[in-house]
Amino acid sequence: MKHIITISGSNLNKNIDKKGCGECQTSCQSACKTSCTVANQKCENN
Amino acid sequence: MIHKFRLFDTNIVVDVNSGAVHVFDDAAYDVLDFYQNYNKEQMIEILSDKYDRVIIEEAIGEIDELVKSGQLFTEDVYRDYIPKWKRNYVVKALCLHVAHDCNMRCKYCFASTGDFGCERTLMSAEVGKKAIDFLIKSSGNRKNLEIDFFGGEPLMNFEVVKEIIGYAREREKESGKNFRFTITTNALMLNEEHKKYINENISNIVLSIDGRPEVNDNMRTRVDGSGTYKTILPKIKDMAESRNQDAYYARGTFTRANLDFSKDVLHLADEGFKQISVEPVVLDEQSEWSIRPEDVAAVCSEYEKLALEYVRRRKEGKGFNFFHFMIDLEQGPCVAKRLSGCGSGYEYLAVSPEGDLYPCHQFVGIENFKIGNVNNGIINEDIVNAFANSNIYTRKECSECWARFYCSGGCPANGYKFNKDINIPYKVGCELERKRVECALWIKTQQLLTNN
Repeated sequence: MKHIITISGSNLNKNIDKKGCGECQTSCQSACKTSCTVANQKCENN
Repeated sequence: MIHKFRLFDTNIVVDVNSGAVHVFDDAAYDVLDFYQNYNKEQMIEILSDKYDRVIIEEAIGEIDELVKSGQLFTEDVYRDYIPKWKRNYVVKALCLHVAHDCNMRCKYCFASTGDFGCERTLMSAEVGKKAIDFLIKSSGNRKNLEIDFFGGEPLMNFEVVKEIIGYAREREKESGKNFRFTITTNALMLNEEHKKYINENISNIVLSIDGRPEVNDNMRTRVDGSGTYKTILPKIKDMAESRNQDAYYARGTFTRANLDFSKDVLHLADEGFKQISVEPVVLDEQSEWSIRPEDVAAVCSEYEKLALEYVRRRKEGKGFNFFHFMIDLEQGPCVAKRLSGCGSGYEYLAVSPEGDLYPCHQFVGIENFKIGNVNNGIINEDIVNAFANSNIYTRKECSECWARFYCSGGCPANGYKFNKDINIPYKVGCELERKRVECALWIKTQQLLTNN
């Protein structure tokens, strides 16, 4: 493409039925304790 | 739903429901404003003063391709999946308040300078072990379990911390669980013995320091009012180095006394820290130190300044991680996680020194939110269900917000603090979060466009 660069494609809706195992870290246990930031968490299945 | 924004000459377009992120040139960015409501000839006519017909046609063609491939203007398909995801929740993380006492008197402390508005007290090993038993029993098939040693100041009760970890290690063998421990400390008491034990047994440590000496010492004082910077800085540096600059956070708080907090983040980076989190204080508007609506513009401007410097330092090989600028676009959390957020109140609970259970550390001491005890488990199911059933679609503001899959609906405790309702988000917090996400996405575009 000449006018658009895709930095990241569609990731949210991939395999939506297979995820949600909950083995990942609880977001508030990492550093925040007063906010909610989830998008920097790692998936345990990747 | 899309979100488009321009930051430092980069036009960024987020397709909210697919998570796709694109950089548009000016022509395509302008076309996007009209794409859904005008036909091709109308768009060419509207934009004819700015761009040649060929350019506009090309841009429209490329946008068409993104739409066809499910990377732009995608529908929200997740609402119907929530009941399925929520059905089998189990408790997987506990925040143990091992010390409702503190050797510091930080002016902004949400824990009422360590005692959470209650009597100053320490958790016994017996209560801590019962908390481990409760977690194992309540965690179903979940393998990875988390314990955060929190306070007050947990080093004031370190022997009990060690005893609890020892007990958890014993029990994880027969229960098939894997415990991960975190400790959050002000570092004032931190010594070689603590360091050795923590490095051998605790996978993450949060070390509190606010930044520049005068900023830290304005807020983070000893009981006698004296500043702590000179004492804690070398200890925190040593701890960070001993962990090879990984698996820790130098964690500060900024207030309206240092709205120029980017200088504090950079001060910590200049001191050599590679893992940094500096976050806005959460206090009532009446508080002298609170971040108020009129401060939002200044704070957002600081995030932009920080983002610029963040990228510059990375390019020079002197980069660091800033917690709120870290977004994983490829391997990040699944949609289930993004919809349900921090899990407070049902997956993640806090335990008071007496063994009482609360939805999270910020609710400890609020009688109405006591949901049970480590001896008897969860008694107040209504509160647990209220948290478990709360998600981005139960919050009107979140369901209309472009950033909902990045913050997952914000902090329920903040919602309760400001609006007396966990389903109404804290407005100032949302505005700051949206700016942080924009900066984080811009940083990603710079890294990926320059392979840096």
